Amino acid sequence: MSGQGEAVRATDSDLLDEQFLAQLRRQMVQFARMQLQDESLAEDAVQEALIGALQNAGSFARRAAVKTWVFAILKNKIVDIIRQRARMAEGVSLPGEDDDPGERLFDQSGHWNKEDRPNRWAEPDTAVKNEHFWRVFEVCLDGLPVKQARLFMMREFLELESDEICGSLEVSTSNLHVMLFRARLRLRECLDKRWFQEGER
Amino acid sequence: MMKKCRGATRLMSDALERPLTGAEKMALRTHLLMCGSCRNFSRQVLELRNFARHFSHQPDVADDAAGKPDADS
Repeated sequence: MSGQGEAVRATDSDLLDEQFLAQLRRQMVQFARMQLQDESLAEDAVQEALIGALQNAGSFARRAAVKTWVFAILKNKIVDIIRQRARMAEGVSLPGEDDDPGERLFDQSGHWNKEDRPNRWAEPDTAVKNEHFWRVFEVCLDGLPVKQARLFMMREFLELESDEICGSLEVSTSNLHVMLFRARLRLRECLDKRWFQEGER
Repeated sequence: MMKKCRGATRLMSDALERPLTGAEKMALRTHLLMCGSCRNFSRQVLELRNFARHFSHQPDVADDAAGKPDADS
């Protein structure tokens, strides 16, 4: 954070202030930890991504652009590590419990419980532009069993195919599908309760 | 054979992972015709995918708070 940081700050002082960087770093480490389940690998990946990104920071007009850029770098790094693990057949076991929200959401005959029936979501496209929505999203993701959150983000954010996920983790295809289903049920329920049913913001 | 909501939602999730069989598609389509809650779910499961893909594009409230000239114009 010395020479290089100074140069960046001199050209674009409040774009990359300490507070913004600290928050960005926190989000990145949290995500990398969840995906890699390895503290030092996660720290290294985040550090490299930040250094790589900050070299080009002067060309970004907005903080959101910086965030997108560093996450893109981090994403590639994590995908590389996951693929490497798969190649070396270092299947990493998936720790953690894995409860089934279906037991709660559906009645004995397999129908939605009355209070759990999905209602229509108003303006989901607007939500992604709202910073508070992302706080709620993070909380909901945190609320999932680690296993489910990790697989969901591997599939939907890192955009890995099922084969790759199963190759890098000790999980069968059918088990993966079950866990993705559970993650979706639960994440949908949480966003519904905490955001979409809360009315206008 | 009629699919119940629990089975139908599982199929909608699976459809994002693998091609459904003809019988599965038929069962799902039939169920969706009759079930509004599951029709909502079918849209929302795609929204979840869309949200996750936007995970790193999330806006930063500080952009607006800082009143950057390029934020609005």
